[in-house]
Amino acid sequence: MTDTASKPGQTEVWITGIGLATSLGEGLDANWAALSEKRINVDEKGFAPYIVHPLMPVSFDAQIPKKGDQRQMEAWQRIGTYAAGLALDSAGIKGNKDILSKIDMVVAAGGGERDLNVDTGVLTAEAKGANAPGFLNERLMSDLRPTLFLAQLSNLLAGNIAIVHGLGGTSRTFMGEEVAGADAARIALARIASGESDIALVGGSHNGERKDLMVLYEFGDFNLKDKFAPVWARKDHAGFALGSAGAFLVLESKAHAEARGAKPFAKLSSVVADLARRKQPGDMAATLEKLWDKLPRREGKGAIITGATGAEPATSEERGFLKGHADVPVRSTGTMFGHTMETQFPLGIALAALSISRGALFPPNDSTGTEIEMQGAPTQIVVVGAGHWRGEGMALVEAVG
Amino acid sequence: MTAPRDKLGRPVVVVTGMGIMTSLGAGKADNWAKLVAGESGIRTITRFPVDGLKTTMAGTVDFVSVDPFSSTGLSERMAELVTQEALEQAGIGAKADFPGPLFLAVAPVEVEWPQRRELGRAVGKPDFTYDDLLRISGGGKYSAYHHRFMFGSVAAHLAETFGTKGSPISLSTACASGATSIQLGVEAIRRGETDAALCVATDGTVNPEAMVRFSLLSALSTQNDPPQAASRPFSKNRDGFVMAEGAGALVLESYEAAVARGAKILGVIAGCGELTDSFHRTRSSPDGKPIIGCMNKTLADAGMTPDQIDHINAHGTATPENDKMEYNTTSAVFGELLQKIPVTSNKSMVGHTISAAGAVEAIFSLLTLEHQRIPPTINYDNPDPTILFDVVGNKARDARVTAVMSNSFGFGGQNASLILTREPA
Repeated sequence: MTDTASKPGQTEVWITGIGLATSLGEGLDANWAALSEKRINVDEKGFAPYIVHPLMPVSFDAQIPKKGDQRQMEAWQRIGTYAAGLALDSAGIKGNKDILSKIDMVVAAGGGERDLNVDTGVLTAEAKGANAPGFLNERLMSDLRPTLFLAQLSNLLAGNIAIVHGLGGTSRTFMGEEVAGADAARIALARIASGESDIALVGGSHNGERKDLMVLYEFGDFNLKDKFAPVWARKDHAGFALGSAGAFLVLESKAHAEARGAKPFAKLSSVVADLARRKQPGDMAATLEKLWDKLPRREGKGAIITGATGAEPATSEERGFLKGHADVPVRSTGTMFGHTMETQFPLGIALAALSISRGALFPPNDSTGTEIEMQGAPTQIVVVGAGHWRGEGMALVEAVG
Repeated sequence: MTAPRDKLGRPVVVVTGMGIMTSLGAGKADNWAKLVAGESGIRTITRFPVDGLKTTMAGTVDFVSVDPFSSTGLSERMAELVTQEALEQAGIGAKADFPGPLFLAVAPVEVEWPQRRELGRAVGKPDFTYDDLLRISGGGKYSAYHHRFMFGSVAAHLAETFGTKGSPISLSTACASGATSIQLGVEAIRRGETDAALCVATDGTVNPEAMVRFSLLSALSTQNDPPQAASRPFSKNRDGFVMAEGAGALVLESYEAAVARGAKILGVIAGCGELTDSFHRTRSSPDGKPIIGCMNKTLADAGMTPDQIDHINAHGTATPENDKMEYNTTSAVFGELLQKIPVTSNKSMVGHTISAAGAVEAIFSLLTLEHQRIPPTINYDNPDPTILFDVVGNKARDARVTAVMSNSFGFGGQNASLILTREPA
């Protein structure tokens, strides 16, 4: 098992910036208001029978002022670059050249956004008999936009963030679906806690309004169809509804934050991750239990924010794990935001930090009784992220002090 | 007796196992023999039709079979083979029980054309929309394609096969990915999280769309005939890089752990550095500052000064811009010393193995240290007069080599450098 935690003698790591652009809205207040009012933005018609949580429209100009930059990106990169800018604003370091020139970036990303017209054009022409050996080559040479490649490369989300916001430290992009988001936070935390880094921008973004992604997940029958239901109520109607979101965090050593007078939302105490073999029923639940035991939880008011997808058998495995902790209030980001894949874990950390800083957990939104009410202010929230196919991660977010 | 900690008080990180595969062949012995003999692995592509392509050659790995074929499947198979080689050499852990984490550099994964075409045929009518493709994708018929085209699938397979510990990390920093995988392993050991790490980098993505994408960015050489002469780093008539496939694996250990178990030490990862360039998506900042900063950071990380570097394994892609920029930045860092530092580009022979290149070239650098012989930069018949490197042109050169700097630069402003030495400093 790999894990990082602030060990004795290591520096405390604070969350000093949060940037959110989601299906519920832009910024912390809009997202908090929607969560508090149990408002979900779900589209059952646009991609029917598939269901998505579409991005609440934002004015990209506000964070990506150059149209030329916007044109060089596809939607997933624009969403992420936008949310990253919000996180830098939130931390009060937007445009601060001294800090941005050394900030370390760890991004969790997918990629591969396709031009559906090009793909369909090639395939229908072939269906009509185009079979010359060079047909595909010629069509791709003439039809693909040269810059589309840059919108497909996973590391070009980080690249675009660096260009648009002027980041000049280090840049690493992790791939691998849901757990990539946990690993990004894990490595960034480890680097700051050990003194390798002072400040980092961590997060991801996802465009769920993509039929090419739906094809990929449809291969495994993972898409939620026909009718929306909260994640916990999908047992007989399993699947995830893809969501669009960008979620970025600024992580910072306590000393670095204090030196510049930055206030924390919360501290990130530990991130752990593992790869359950998932060969037998119970494998994944056992791994989640092991990760839970590794977190340095304390006495106090706790809660769980999970990115459970709604896909089976992973969600039932996680429900089994949660049953062992039935006294801890649980919230599902999958219900509220849809499944945002690599972004779900950073989103969970963001909402944990936000809940701690606002002194309340957002209300349950579930008909099965899995999510229970919570009174009072949470002091520690465990973020859970178990992939729909592979990968398990957890983080402990705590109140400072 | 050498200190187990470096000048900065961190555990010294050593290499105890290496595995490699390129278009030249499988394994260290075969690759090294061909590399120092100046052989090229670049050939005309036979895997798919090249009609209509501007570039028709590449450094493909055609001797590894994968069924059903996919670029991701080939990447996975190559990664598995090089890891086996590295683990056999290291003799670490038990079968399927590697005592540390996996850091995997892998090309971004996506559904590929053979599978997309299979869907297109399965629709069963001449006129259809993308929605028709989507509707027939479910039902379990193509469930294997879900697993195949998950970004994390290659790492999950390697982690399960070799029993690495914890959550394996799949990463991309474009053409610097291989170096980044090593850097992540070095950092994990230095932080004391683990005594050992498995760093693997693989790329099997010579396919029509990948060729077209790089062609549309005018990045590839079009000197197709003869293919062996296409990759011309530091030459006046260089016109782009040559896409290639390959993989490299390194077993990293703390010096202390390696000595304790009596492992043979193959070399030291003395320093790593990276620095982001925020100038442009595909081009370096004209002032070269990020690359200069990257090399300086790496020297500082190794606790070394430029005069201690006696060989540079260049990124040397043979694109007009890269080689010029690499010379300008390297000369800014090394100054007068540069005249005495032999420089070579392995890409002249194996092509650009993209996501794997950083690891492949780190391994070649370590073999250079072992054999005290620098592989040549072939096709160096017409030197660029503005690039005043001491290029090891066309013939391998025996030299005293104690410390190598290996550089990798990638799209998206990715710069990463490594310093490799024979012995702990």
